[in-house]
Amino acid sequence: MTLLRTVLLRLITTLITLLGVAVIVFVVIRVVPGNPIAMMLPPGATEADILRLETQYGFDKSIPQQFVIWLGGVMQGDFGMSISTRQPVSTLVLSRLPATLELSIVALLIAVIAGGTMALLGTRFRDTKTEGLVDVTAGMALSIPDFLWGLVLILLFGVLWPIFHISGRISPSLDIDFTTNFYLFEAILRLRFDVIADLIGHMFMPAVALAIPLAAIIAQLLKQSLKETMNLDYVTLARTKGYGEGKVITSEALPNAILPTLTLVGVQFTFLIGGTVIIERLFSYEGLGNMAIDAVINRDLPLIQGIVILFALLFTLINLAVDMLYVVLNPRLRHA
Amino acid sequence: MSYLQIKNLDVRLKGGGPILRRVSLDVTAGQVHGLVGESGAGKSMIGKAVLGTLPRALEITGGAIMLDGTDIGTLPPAERRKRIGATAALIPQDPLTALNPSKRIGPQITRRLVDILGWRRADAQARALELLDEVHIPDPTRVMRSYPHELSGGMRQRILIASAFAAEPKLIIADEPTTALDVTVQKQILRLIAEMQKRHGTALLFVTHDLGVVSKVCDSLSVLYAGKVVEDARMQRFFMSPIHAYSRALLAATPTYTDPKGSLMPVPDTVIDAVELEIAQHDVRAQA
Amino acid sequence: MRDARAEVRRPIGLRLWLSGGWLSLLALAAIFAPLIAPHDPLAQDLFLGRLPPFWEDGTEPGYVLGTDSLGRDVLSRILYGARLALIVALVAGTLTCLIGATLGLVAGYYRGWCDRIISRFVDIWMAFPPVLFAILLIAVLGPGLISIIIAIVVIDWTRFARVIRAEAMSQGAMDYVASAQVAGRTQFGTMLTEILPNVLPTIVALLTLEMGIAVIVEAILSFVNLSISTDSPTWGGMIAEGRTSVHQAWWVLVFPLITLFLTVLSFSQLGEGLKDRFDPVLR
Repeated sequence: MTLLRTVLLRLITTLITLLGVAVIVFVVIRVVPGNPIAMMLPPGATEADILRLETQYGFDKSIPQQFVIWLGGVMQGDFGMSISTRQPVSTLVLSRLPATLELSIVALLIAVIAGGTMALLGTRFRDTKTEGLVDVTAGMALSIPDFLWGLVLILLFGVLWPIFHISGRISPSLDIDFTTNFYLFEAILRLRFDVIADLIGHMFMPAVALAIPLAAIIAQLLKQSLKETMNLDYVTLARTKGYGEGKVITSEALPNAILPTLTLVGVQFTFLIGGTVIIERLFSYEGLGNMAIDAVINRDLPLIQGIVILFALLFTLINLAVDMLYVVLNPRLRHA
Repeated sequence: MSYLQIKNLDVRLKGGGPILRRVSLDVTAGQVHGLVGESGAGKSMIGKAVLGTLPRALEITGGAIMLDGTDIGTLPPAERRKRIGATAALIPQDPLTALNPSKRIGPQITRRLVDILGWRRADAQARALELLDEVHIPDPTRVMRSYPHELSGGMRQRILIASAFAAEPKLIIADEPTTALDVTVQKQILRLIAEMQKRHGTALLFVTHDLGVVSKVCDSLSVLYAGKVVEDARMQRFFMSPIHAYSRALLAATPTYTDPKGSLMPVPDTVIDAVELEIAQHDVRAQA
Repeated sequence: MRDARAEVRRPIGLRLWLSGGWLSLLALAAIFAPLIAPHDPLAQDLFLGRLPPFWEDGTEPGYVLGTDSLGRDVLSRILYGARLALIVALVAGTLTCLIGATLGLVAGYYRGWCDRIISRFVDIWMAFPPVLFAILLIAVLGPGLISIIIAIVVIDWTRFARVIRAEAMSQGAMDYVASAQVAGRTQFGTMLTEILPNVLPTIVALLTLEMGIAVIVEAILSFVNLSISTDSPTWGGMIAEGRTSVHQAWWVLVFPLITLFLTVLSFSQLGEGLKDRFDPVLR
């Protein structure tokens, strides 16, 4: 019962947050000097033409009126029409979302594997040079944001030792007739190894760039949490039972050390997704973020709005999911 | 048959002073040996040295630990761990922190039987149920499926006792097993440990600061002061005529149930001074 | 234990010296850029386009780190770029810190409706992808130094607000705060004299970290061509140009990247080092 109430409360605050995001974007982009409609018409357009288009996009009404109309549309799943491409915003955004999601999930996987390994190594060899190395590496990795790591990777694996593609999502020459835009997931399901290899070749550098700071955070938090757990009585008891140090860490300490790390990783994952905006730009990866920057440059108001709302929705959903996962994984809360 | 034999064990702080000084003791099959001393005397460290769980800052610098006839110091680390796991077990001090909060009770008892001793899963399961019944836990099947936080402190200590006896170890080390419990539960647990030890014929090393407890369960005892065994005696002889001045003082400082206030005396400073002097002389001898 | 502490201590000192040293060097370079820069950072000379750095073949004396495709001297542009980077770091960092820390302190100490409103705004801000938000703001405000500073303050005040709020809250629950109030201090007085000094190490660490982030945000905005006017030398602008010609002239990307990398690293290490220095618990 209390769980249900918590979930409901969370859903309500989530809605308020999303509404807040919508209002802020709406107000901010309508303060834009310069008329986006005038920009999209050829120079010889008449006043009447501009007026007609303005009416079509609803720009002739007051900002609160526009907001209410827009919100009404959103309720029915209609996010308006993109000004620059004259396609429905929802179609455009949904066609790009899979690319960004795939990139983020691959980056998350890399971060969890790399960060987890570092934390386990640091714990296994604690108070030795190995732990010092883990600390220094994580500290470095955390100090530098994904944008710079991306550039460093371009130099390393794009120029110095060119083994990965430095731009795009997939080689145009590749023949794909997939039904979804989740190229990677679909290629895995269809066992199209040529496509998988090509996608990974494109995705590797942006994903690693996004993953490095998160891996460092996971390494630091999980190691600290593991080391605290290693001093607890049940871990000592497990040692007397004849288990080796590695086994004690993975099977006794790890399940308990993961929980405190999990909530923070959730927030950090939303930061990672936020990072895709510039990383996609850097690697000319055809995802949402790249589209968002184009939309800003083109003053494509409905499209900007749609993308920002989608990001916000994604962020709040992830936080919600992490909270749920926390309850599921924690036996004390599960039965409460 | 001696299940645990410690000979001249020296433990030191790495790059620091001694923690245990030439400790020797002997626990035979079916016997309960008490290890008494005030906090900081190093009594828990003896148990930790035997079980291979000494803190990283400490190291064994001399002597031998014979577990069921084998000098475990001569075994390679992995084999030593397995040998200790198969022949010895620990009943820990605080039942609230000694069970893994994220795992159900069942696997916490059965896992070592399967992993270390190579039992079949079903056998281990049956054994665990039988043991839980032996330590008087009602509805063992349900308890096996529970998480630690769903059980009381007394229940958890019973589970830990059952778990310690699960692999039929030769030696069990009980490290202040009742200190963290309610007074009402303490007696039951004490009785249970004694009962289980008798039934299984295990050698039991009972670490405590409480001479009253020792008088109830032990057959013999060692008195430890500042890392040194100052007296080693059979139970009756000890209570009739303790030899060492510190033992006499310790005995005088222990409340009895018949006259809880009358006999409560602090250990006199003169005794402490005498013991300190004795230990200082011992250290000089050891260094010479 | 004492020995282990001493071992941990030493690299902190080294860290402070190295990061502080680099930043001082950078500050000097920025201040004296007109005196030490070998060339005009804007001067184009198409005959001197894409000259490699001095140790490669086909160089021209005087162009130590080579030139970009328009023949502009890379070293001079980095030196002048440091001016903008450091101005943005100092001004935007400090403003963000002042606004964010104040809001966080108020929310964490006074609690109640103040806290609810501020926290709600923080939640909303956390749902924005920060880079997209910054780009959007620049698009609205128009390019320029002031716009960049405003954008950084607007997107990043929550970093301070979140952390300082949590710290002020835990400090506010301590007994010494209660006893200060019993002794007759006003709430505002208590906040300034009891809470603020205790959260100051965190504020200092966050401030230096924020300066590094400000430099990065400026570089990112220059990278997507939304920073200052396009011809003034910025590290981000150089990186954007270097990225497109990376196969023909790697040095146009590498040198500003190294500078940016070291600067951001130094700011964050300086923050960590100062925090350890000033934290009364660790000291």
